Amino acid sequence: MSRLNDANIKLAREIIARYPRPKSALIPLLHLSQEQNGYITREAMQHLGELVGVTSAEVYGTASFYEMFKFEPVGKYLINICGTMSCALMGAHELMHHAEKKLGIKAGGTTPDGVFTLAHAECQAACTEAPTLQVNYRYRLRVTPDDLDRLIDNLRDGKLNDEFPPHGVLSKVRQSIDASRAVGAKAPEDVNEAPAWLDGKAAL
Amino acid sequence: MTIVDPIKETAPVDPNVVNITINDKPVVARKGELIIAAADRTEDFIPRFCYHPRMSPVGMCRQCLVEVETPRGPMMVVSCMTPVAEGQVVRTATEGVKKAQEGVLELLLANHPLDCPVCDKGGECPLQDQAFSHGPGESRFVEEKRHYEKPIAISDIVYLDRERCILCDRCTRFADEVAGDALITFTSRGNDTQVLTFPDEPFSSYFSGNTVQICPVGALTAKPYRFKARPWDLEQTESTCTSCSVGCRTVVQSSRDELVRYQGVDIDPVNWGWLCDRGRYNFESVNSPDRLTSPLIKNGSELVATSWSVALENAARMIRLALAQSTNNVAILGGARGTNEDAFAWAMLADKLGINQRDAQLGDGLSPEVFNLAQATIDETCAASTIILLAPDLKEELPVLYLRLRDTAQKRKSRIIEFSSRNSGLTPYAWRTVGFEPGNQAQIVREALATPEMKEQIARGEVAVVVGRANLAESEVFTLQALGEVLSAVPTAKVLPVLRRGNVRGAVVAGLTPKNNSGDAIDILNAAAAGKIECLILLGVDPMADVADSGLVQRALAQVKNVISVDTMINASNRNADLVLPAAAYGEKNGTTTNLEGRISNVAQKITPRGTSRPDWMIATELSIALGADIGVSSLEDLNEKLVNTVAAFAPSSDAKSTHGDGVLMARETPVTISGVASRVTDRNAYNYRLVVSRTMYDSAQSTISSPSLAGIITEAAIFVNPLDLARIGVTEGASVRVGVDGTNIVIAVKAHNGVNRGTAWLPFNHTGVDIRPLLNIASDVTDVRIEPIK
Repeated sequence: MSRLNDANIKLAREIIARYPRPKSALIPLLHLSQEQNGYITREAMQHLGELVGVTSAEVYGTASFYEMFKFEPVGKYLINICGTMSCALMGAHELMHHAEKKLGIKAGGTTPDGVFTLAHAECQAACTEAPTLQVNYRYRLRVTPDDLDRLIDNLRDGKLNDEFPPHGVLSKVRQSIDASRAVGAKAPEDVNEAPAWLDGKAAL
Repeated sequence: MTIVDPIKETAPVDPNVVNITINDKPVVARKGELIIAAADRTEDFIPRFCYHPRMSPVGMCRQCLVEVETPRGPMMVVSCMTPVAEGQVVRTATEGVKKAQEGVLELLLANHPLDCPVCDKGGECPLQDQAFSHGPGESRFVEEKRHYEKPIAISDIVYLDRERCILCDRCTRFADEVAGDALITFTSRGNDTQVLTFPDEPFSSYFSGNTVQICPVGALTAKPYRFKARPWDLEQTESTCTSCSVGCRTVVQSSRDELVRYQGVDIDPVNWGWLCDRGRYNFESVNSPDRLTSPLIKNGSELVATSWSVALENAARMIRLALAQSTNNVAILGGARGTNEDAFAWAMLADKLGINQRDAQLGDGLSPEVFNLAQATIDETCAASTIILLAPDLKEELPVLYLRLRDTAQKRKSRIIEFSSRNSGLTPYAWRTVGFEPGNQAQIVREALATPEMKEQIARGEVAVVVGRANLAESEVFTLQALGEVLSAVPTAKVLPVLRRGNVRGAVVAGLTPKNNSGDAIDILNAAAAGKIECLILLGVDPMADVADSGLVQRALAQVKNVISVDTMINASNRNADLVLPAAAYGEKNGTTTNLEGRISNVAQKITPRGTSRPDWMIATELSIALGADIGVSSLEDLNEKLVNTVAAFAPSSDAKSTHGDGVLMARETPVTISGVASRVTDRNAYNYRLVVSRTMYDSAQSTISSPSLAGIITEAAIFVNPLDLARIGVTEGASVRVGVDGTNIVIAVKAHNGVNRGTAWLPFNHTGVDIRPLLNIASDVTDVRIEPIK
């Protein structure tokens, strides 16, 4: 089962209500689905299509545009090692080779126990702290091979569970929008009057 | 070139007129018009791939770059995304524009495989043509091109070659915007961007063929045409599709005297260039090896080939024999598949012989009275503020009319109020859908239209009513009653009658409809079953497959002494006929046809009729001579002249040219009001389910089953009920159930369907597998069935 579970369906409906058009909620719902399953499954895309009223093909088209949505199972921890210039100069390639040896997989692969996926990444925008990597999109900076060994061991031993939630969980804090603010979202073509914050200064 | 400005002459200051110059020549444009559309009315062609006048612009391919003067000098803009503005100065052929257009083309060709010699599009390819006219002539790209598996089947009909694709968004835009079937879409990003379906889900759209037609490269090809011909070997003629009664304008293309392709032609009043897949691909049935090539006559229990002279002599003998006792001994069924001239020739023959019993409808239409109500055209219907549907599922039965109504609802020009006993293709676009149980519609319509909300909507402006038979398991009376209710609530409403068979309106108006108060098709079949008809002429009809009540047809055909069939193939109805006369098919004859709104347009011959087959009108003429009752027709032109001079409705088509292009509307008669119909609501036993039987696009119609590309798409027969009713019956999806009425039972798979109301059951008509027609009795007002699990 990789459709959204009941609790997440409830959450999905809340998210959908924040937008003037249901399909605008697609990206947050894809994240929700990835959080539940670790990656985006066929059934998940079909379910999301039903929820927001678009075809499965449209969900797939949207999801496949974005690098962060995975269509194959990935490990519990996705390690992205930056390989762009500053990091490359500061030893990113050596770091990658070291990681490959340590995990026994090639870049792009997943360990047989399903815990780690190793991947190349382009610039992570922290060049002053090169070389960098991300574990489930959370930074580790100025990483040495020894740091990497410790990181992998600690992750495997569950010592870093607080810092690194499993792949798919974007935030440990759930955004909450008061229902009163969600109500009344209108599609642009249904808006006939200028929004209140314009204070009558400009006409539509 | 000087542009004559008709608007300017009559109204000097028109706020909707914008004056621009294109290449220093003045052009009059409409406010909001795009530069490329304005330029299309001049001699200056702007190259383009993604722009399509019937779809919203996207600026995807960047090929239509032109220069527009700005205070800061000339600026490069995409002419398909830039609206005209007063005083705008546009240049389409400067050095800068040339460089830009050549650059875009070089980039588009960078990954294009240039496999033109083996590409079906080669020779009619916008990419080829514009690389020639606007391209740089050489490429600096020396790297390896992108590779994909070629081609992949994305549906039963359409193949996709992603290497050839230039990502113009035409097919994906069409699927989403025009057809409402967004089953193909751009996936991935950047260099990996490609058009795909959802993994392992086909592009099963009824309109998929249009994407092949509008693809500006050879990325999309259709199975029926792949590698069949080279475009420069094609011969073509403009015609009108008669697969259903929408009357889409087409181009019929042939190669080596075989039909190979139909393409949609854009005419404003009807199809806007679109066709449905059934209409587009059923040309295969014309080429079928099962076509009859000579007359067949019964010899013992077998049909054997004979000559036309023997066949006509025998036909005359059979008719004369029957007429010797009474003119009521002969009846003619059908005629809706032919041209107006075919129908008129047979009507003249019937008049001459005194045959009153004739009907081009087969008991599933409406009284011809609906043609005399105040009529709406398709355009008038789409322009109405409110469109009331008392109609079958238009997406299934009249697909391109569905596209037009969907368009008007989507663009918020009209609001659709749908009355229906199950959800239709238009339900998602309807403003309000009011469900009813078959038999109760008149009451439901009356109550619904009396609510303040509906009254307010109706008061907004023009109202059009689309009326047709939605359910083969209920009497025509209920539809007419409901129509009566609409017309008494909105007396000014105009009516668009949607009878589905190709030229049914033309055939009825030309005279193939009961004369002198004689009975309709069902009365004819009843009379035949009672042994009162000696000679039955089937004019291109297969009542065994096409009349809901197959038991009645079986009894009728068994009782008739002589059955004469005029048809293109052997079917269930003429298999045991006494005489079968081979008829010329679509594409093999000239004439005119009439669509559902009464638009007369020409159908054209492109290939020679198979074997010795002949057009229906010619058969009628020769039969009349053999009978000694010559109808005096010497040629098709002569026959057409008689038609336009005799039948007032056809008078506007007296100039043959008027039936080309947009065609011409029939003369409208002074509208009458509908006569009162008695109410007959029947109650349903709560244990039973009330049947809705309707047609779908792909059923076992002769033209579909004898088109190999379409035949495989027809689905197995099944009965559909509401998911809650499925639980009530106590079975699971796909289980076999026993469906019974009055002691007749069939065993059929049951499926859940959210669009079916509780207490009703939907049976698609004429699918493969189980025959559902034993359940149908044409004499019943409605049909209630028991559905039981099989223990």
